[in-house]
Amino acid sequence: MPVLDRDGTQVWRRRTGKESLGRWFGWLLGVAAFVYCWQIISDATTWFFVWDAPRIANDIWTRATPPKWEYITQLGRPIWDTLNIATLGTLIALFLAVPVAFLAARNTTPSALLIRPVALLIIVSTRSINSLIWALLLIAIIGPGVFAGVIAIAIRSIGFCAKLLYEAIEEIDHAQVEAITATGASRWQVMAYGIVPQILPAFAGIAVFRWDINIRESTVLGLVGAGGIGLQLSASLNVLAWPQVSLILIVILVAVIISEWVSAKVRGAII
Amino acid sequence: MSDIQLEDKLGTSWRKPHFITNPALRWAVIAGFVAYMIAAVMTIEVDWGRVYEGLDRGWAFILAFTSPDFVSRASDIWAGLLESIVMTVAASVVGILISIPIGLGAARNIAPLPVYVACRGIVAISRALQEIIVAILLVAIFGFGPLAGFLTLSFATIGFLSKLLAEDIESMDRVQAEAIRASGARWMQWINYGVQPQVMPRLVGLSIYRIDINFRESAILGLVGAGGIGATLNTAFDRYEYDTAAAILIMIIGIVMALEYVSGIVRARVQ
Repeated sequence: MPVLDRDGTQVWRRRTGKESLGRWFGWLLGVAAFVYCWQIISDATTWFFVWDAPRIANDIWTRATPPKWEYITQLGRPIWDTLNIATLGTLIALFLAVPVAFLAARNTTPSALLIRPVALLIIVSTRSINSLIWALLLIAIIGPGVFAGVIAIAIRSIGFCAKLLYEAIEEIDHAQVEAITATGASRWQVMAYGIVPQILPAFAGIAVFRWDINIRESTVLGLVGAGGIGLQLSASLNVLAWPQVSLILIVILVAVIISEWVSAKVRGAII
Repeated sequence: MSDIQLEDKLGTSWRKPHFITNPALRWAVIAGFVAYMIAAVMTIEVDWGRVYEGLDRGWAFILAFTSPDFVSRASDIWAGLLESIVMTVAASVVGILISIPIGLGAARNIAPLPVYVACRGIVAISRALQEIIVAILLVAIFGFGPLAGFLTLSFATIGFLSKLLAEDIESMDRVQAEAIRASGARWMQWINYGVQPQVMPRLVGLSIYRIDINFRESAILGLVGAGGIGATLNTAFDRYEYDTAAAILIMIIGIVMALEYVSGIVRARVQ
């Protein structure tokens, strides 16, 4: 235990001198990095606009309230589209994620040397790119619309679902698998009766969890033209129709809260 | 299984139990699901001619990954990436610093009720609003540039980190904290020696995970003018410069992978 001698009395210290010096140096580096980053941000900012911000914020607030409630009649179809993008995207993603997860899990992969890295690459690359970027890309390829949104959400979700699923597969109880194997079951039968029942609750949980996230993401996909309520949002923003913007934001908030509530309920019932 | 039940079962073949045991509920769920699927698929308009035309472009994009062009827009890519990294670092530092007191306030076992309600309110608002929507509003208020992106990411970090930190504090071991309090510690000392050591490993792990998320999010904030690599990427897509877009995506994936690797090491070390 580090102890400091001071005037003949011993004083308890949490760290030795060397440790505190190292920590102090680490903090110094961290603060320096932060100050440097802040400097760059500050240089790229027009501070005049920032000092003016409270007035602008107040101005936007007065323009945006009260929300234009009658506009909600035009939002039915976009909300339906948003729901479809999230749901169909999640379903497609789950279909594709299951084989990827089985190929990526250490205990079920046919080849740890060749196939597992490919599966992991699919997981990482689909996961690290945001659905808005996928939507941007798909719009350039297959044109704007709901379909591009569905595919964007699906691709983005593959990595997420497959990662959680393969971790669940790796954590299964091996004794059950062995018991099924001992009855003389084939490779597919082992999978169906030994592995699938163990990961089914995890699978259902992942599906609902991802669906909840996808509802959030699909509300903004329209900003780049991929359908859903985001289209209305960007159209309203472009013509500075702030009362419509505030109504759309309220609708999005409500949708997000409802989807979170549904997902929490379903997961509570499953697990 | 009792003897009588076993007698009944003898001679009949075993059937896999259903996931939902109640047959009425099971069929209702299946029927509702099928009805929804039909309705959803019917309302999605897919212009198959456009999709077919786009397949060439899609193939060109996939080919672009084999020959990414880092050179011809090198200065734009570099400036965008640097801005993304700067925003990530600054926003993570500020976000983590703010989310620690809010996380303490949002833990029911150490905060009085009014503070708890206020902090939970902040967390709920921050979590319900998506980054991109916050970014749109902040760009409208503060003007274009990385400052809006920095504020957006800080705000999003608060919701994420405070919630998880608060949950961790709520599930901590009371005994240790009480022992520190019994030694006559002041409130700050109590937090510092009773609570902090228990939640520190998880806080470090979550912070690093959040840095990772912040970088990924910073890649899309440019789409709405909040600074970062997103603007460069958007321009590359608009000009159909797939080789440049592929180069940017590869760099994003590379950085995310590196961050995940580092965070794995750090989390393994602190836990």
